[in-house]
Amino acid sequence: MTRTLPRPHKLSNSTSPTNSSGGGTAMRVIVPLQGVVQGRGGLFLGSVIPCALFYFLQLYLKRFRNDPGDPKDPNSSSPPPRTGSPNTSPSNSAGKLTELSGFPRSLSRSLLSPRNTGGPVSVSSRVSSILKSGESPFYLGLKRVEDDPYHEVGNSGGIIQLGLAENKLSLDLVEDWLDQNAREALVGGVANCEESNSSGIASYQAFDGLMELKVAVAGFMSQVMEKEISFNPSQIVLTAGAIPAIEILSFCLADSGNAFLVPTPYHPGLDRDVKWRTGVEIIPVPCRSADNFSVSITALDRAFNQARKRGIRVRGIIISNPTNPVGNLFNRDTLYSLLDFAREKKIHVVSNELLAGSTYGSEEFVSMADIIDVEDLDRDRVHMVYALSKDLSLPGFRMGVIHSYNENVLAATKKMARFSSVSAPTQHLVVSMLSDAKFVEKLVKINRERLGRMYVEFAGGLKKLGIECTKSNGGFYCWADMSGLISSYSEKGEFELWDKLLNVAKLNVIPGSCCHCIEPGWFCFCFTLLTEKDIPVVMERIRRISETCKFQS
Amino acid sequence: MTQTQTRPTTEPERPKPTAATAMRLIVPLQGVVQGRGGLILGSLIPCALFYFLQFYLKRHRSPNPSSDPPSPSTPSSNLADLPRTSSRSNLSSRGSFGPVRVSSRAGSLAKADDSTYYIGLNKVKEDPYHRTNNPNGIIQLGLSENTLCLDLIEKWVSENLTDSIMGSDGGDLSISGIAAYKPFDGMTEMKVAMASFMSRVIGKAVSFDPSQIVLTAGATPAIEILSFCLADHGNAFLVPTPYYPGFDRDIRSRTGVELIPVHCRSTDNFVFSITALDQAFNQARKRGVKVRAILICNPANPVGNILPRETLYDVLDFAREKNIHIICDEIYGGSIFGSEEFVSMAEILDSEEGDKDRVHIIYGLSKDLSLPGFRAGVIYSYNDSVLAAAKKLTRFSSMSTLTQRLLISMLSDTRFTQEYFETNKRRVKEIYDSFVAGLKQLGIRCSESNAGLYCWADMSALIPTYSEKGELELWDKLLNIAKINVTPGSACHCIEPGWFRCCFATLSQEDIPVVIERIQKVAETCKFPS
Repeated sequence: MTRTLPRPHKLSNSTSPTNSSGGGTAMRVIVPLQGVVQGRGGLFLGSVIPCALFYFLQLYLKRFRNDPGDPKDPNSSSPPPRTGSPNTSPSNSAGKLTELSGFPRSLSRSLLSPRNTGGPVSVSSRVSSILKSGESPFYLGLKRVEDDPYHEVGNSGGIIQLGLAENKLSLDLVEDWLDQNAREALVGGVANCEESNSSGIASYQAFDGLMELKVAVAGFMSQVMEKEISFNPSQIVLTAGAIPAIEILSFCLADSGNAFLVPTPYHPGLDRDVKWRTGVEIIPVPCRSADNFSVSITALDRAFNQARKRGIRVRGIIISNPTNPVGNLFNRDTLYSLLDFAREKKIHVVSNELLAGSTYGSEEFVSMADIIDVEDLDRDRVHMVYALSKDLSLPGFRMGVIHSYNENVLAATKKMARFSSVSAPTQHLVVSMLSDAKFVEKLVKINRERLGRMYVEFAGGLKKLGIECTKSNGGFYCWADMSGLISSYSEKGEFELWDKLLNVAKLNVIPGSCCHCIEPGWFCFCFTLLTEKDIPVVMERIRRISETCKFQS
Repeated sequence: MTQTQTRPTTEPERPKPTAATAMRLIVPLQGVVQGRGGLILGSLIPCALFYFLQFYLKRHRSPNPSSDPPSPSTPSSNLADLPRTSSRSNLSSRGSFGPVRVSSRAGSLAKADDSTYYIGLNKVKEDPYHRTNNPNGIIQLGLSENTLCLDLIEKWVSENLTDSIMGSDGGDLSISGIAAYKPFDGMTEMKVAMASFMSRVIGKAVSFDPSQIVLTAGATPAIEILSFCLADHGNAFLVPTPYYPGFDRDIRSRTGVELIPVHCRSTDNFVFSITALDQAFNQARKRGVKVRAILICNPANPVGNILPRETLYDVLDFAREKNIHIICDEIYGGSIFGSEEFVSMAEILDSEEGDKDRVHIIYGLSKDLSLPGFRAGVIYSYNDSVLAAAKKLTRFSSMSTLTQRLLISMLSDTRFTQEYFETNKRRVKEIYDSFVAGLKQLGIRCSESNAGLYCWADMSALIPTYSEKGELELWDKLLNIAKINVTPGSACHCIEPGWFRCCFATLSQEDIPVVIERIQKVAETCKFPS
């Protein structure tokens, strides 16, 4: 407080300390100065906002403090000593606040703690919040399957995996190819470094991927998108999977405390990918079954304005196209209006097109790159995420792709790729795989056929049980409406059914609430780990549950 | 403002000078806010504080404020950034189609490199030396990479590749073994292979527990993930200098953790002292920065010395006293060529009992097995919470299954690794000896070194002024005239000017005379003016 002393000194001529009360005097000093500082005005915003923020901070601190001892007082010279290891209460939703609150509190703690406490050493609060956060059913289910996986002959009573987006339908093709070509691709790679100056598999590479691979990936993407879109290899950055690709983009587009709009239902992993380390928030934009879960600009606008009222800055929209888990496609008009919305609000668009090569319906798939090619005013705000894990059935290879038109984003992502780069042997193998145009064409074509056939069978099976699915055009999922089977039309009812499916029927599915779907009773069935022989088994298991459910109600 | 207007009714009238009035108001009101209520008065202090913050910012703002977002490193600028950005978005007119902006953390990364370490590396990429194709190119002495034994690796890969990837009998199991999703933190077989490899290489008498291993896509993400786990934004690590120039980017850029250099001197052969650590710790505390860990590199990069056993015990005691973590970067643990014995932190802990959970070891295969392209990094931690968190964070940086399969069979082939280590040690030693001897002829002394792929050379006699500026002038001359890329000490935060790190393990014996000759040419011009 001594620091505030010289203040009235400087401005004593502008204030008359005669009659007004102390508070008024202080305000008279502060308010004009605010204006002076900010240049033109904005004195209201300049002072009300910090006041309000600080008030809420104090309120927050007060609420979350559990020890009844002296409150923290910056002026008092003899604060009570604290022992033990008090842990700050981290809440991931209020990242901004904890960050602010963590600072003065931990500071005072380190000053106060007696020298030789030797207590257990604590981990960072951002990580302890990750550790503490309860597992969602999505991850619980995956764990259960690991413990007791179904096997046709080995473990016919085990849990059938319908919750993991992995495609094994075309693995035989990939295997054949690897059998014939892997050796050549890799051995050639090592030898390279001896003959010429080009890099072999052992030495340091550019963190953001080999140029050969970028060229191959660009070609592959154009092929998969089935349009005359050309991708520029220099606008591509490779990462160790699509997860880090999304995280790196989040780091680049938003600061801690900013937010992205994401239409729901969205993939349950996205929360971790976007929020955990970046401190960025996700604002769900609910879509309804009445619209076949397609996003409306009105809903986006509402979510945007609500966020603004809460003081959160929205930095972008993340869409998944084909949508995951629903499996529908964005049509051209929606993409255009999405771009218009982004332009109006001056925000980014991240288009996750992981499943672009796994479409099978009759509808046309329109890539964001296709839209942008025509209308290149706004290239800077559009970023695409792609991966080879889904379309080539190679998730273990960990190959993600960021494609951006924005120079700054590219420069930053290239540097961040150091934290998540693809190993050189993998890159070499994928280069030769993608360069085999005949094989790639065959793989994509057959994979699509098989996906389509499985979807029809699976959805048909569900329909026989009276369970309707949304019409899907891509992806590995059936998005099924089981609201007829839930005991109460609520999230609780949905979880009960999920629990029954997992523990009684031994089927691991993803409940809609994990995908932030607002309508209860929707479930996501991933059918690409099954064979056609498995479908009757799954249907029989569902049937048994549905009978018990109907009985009760 | 409407809120604060009501304040006068709650206070007594004071015709005294404002400062005193403010004090009288603030002190009791603090109590009111924090104990019983009274939101109005609690807001006066933040207003005043905020005013000063704004004033400070305005004064220190560069001429073009809009294009220069505040750096995200200090917590104070973070505070300032918050209301400024939000007010800006509120006021800006709806339909103006300005360019879309990236985040401030990306903004600072997207700018051109400012560290001499990265400038040098980029320069070499443009014009790399090659004995026959480009004899006038730049010779790379700035990247710590080992190509001396690539022939052994190549031989092994060509002999064992098919078996390691496809399995010796082929079949369905192996294809889903490499194509399918695997645990993000690495396959169990890989962890077992890595644990036994680490025992053979760095632990000698210690056995490593596979369940304490988390695998990442290289040592760089391993360090970053640990930083995320151990420190929050605004916290700091103590790092003895000179340290590896990449740490600045690895640790600071995304986690927001600060690095506090702890200066070491040539008179101690750059071994840090506990006094210096203590001093740095206390200074940080005075600045209000919370120190969460000490990061040591053993064998040290760039100096190449090995920390004595007593120092390790001292560090452990220091960390216990201050209740902080220890990160031990032992990535060069198997690259010992000297006579001195290397003691791993794991060995120290093996004999200690209790309180191990503050120690975390970083390892990788980039240096010891010269496989940087494989991106294989290891976090070995004694702390269950850190392990659990690190496992979850590996979703952002996991190793490809293909690479893991290859490495499992390579690491399990003990005959190969044994042969590799013997040959590698011999070859590194040979090249080190001739490189240091070459420098000695020019009158350049290197610090005593027993490990690593580099030597730490004292060129202070060649720099025009004994300062960082002089050092950078010499670096510039070496890079642009002699066409040699070395890492200047200042990039490693060394406080004594004139030291340079030269990585020699990518050279062959024939290259050494070329390098020495190039340095000599520069050295002659340097001695002349002085």
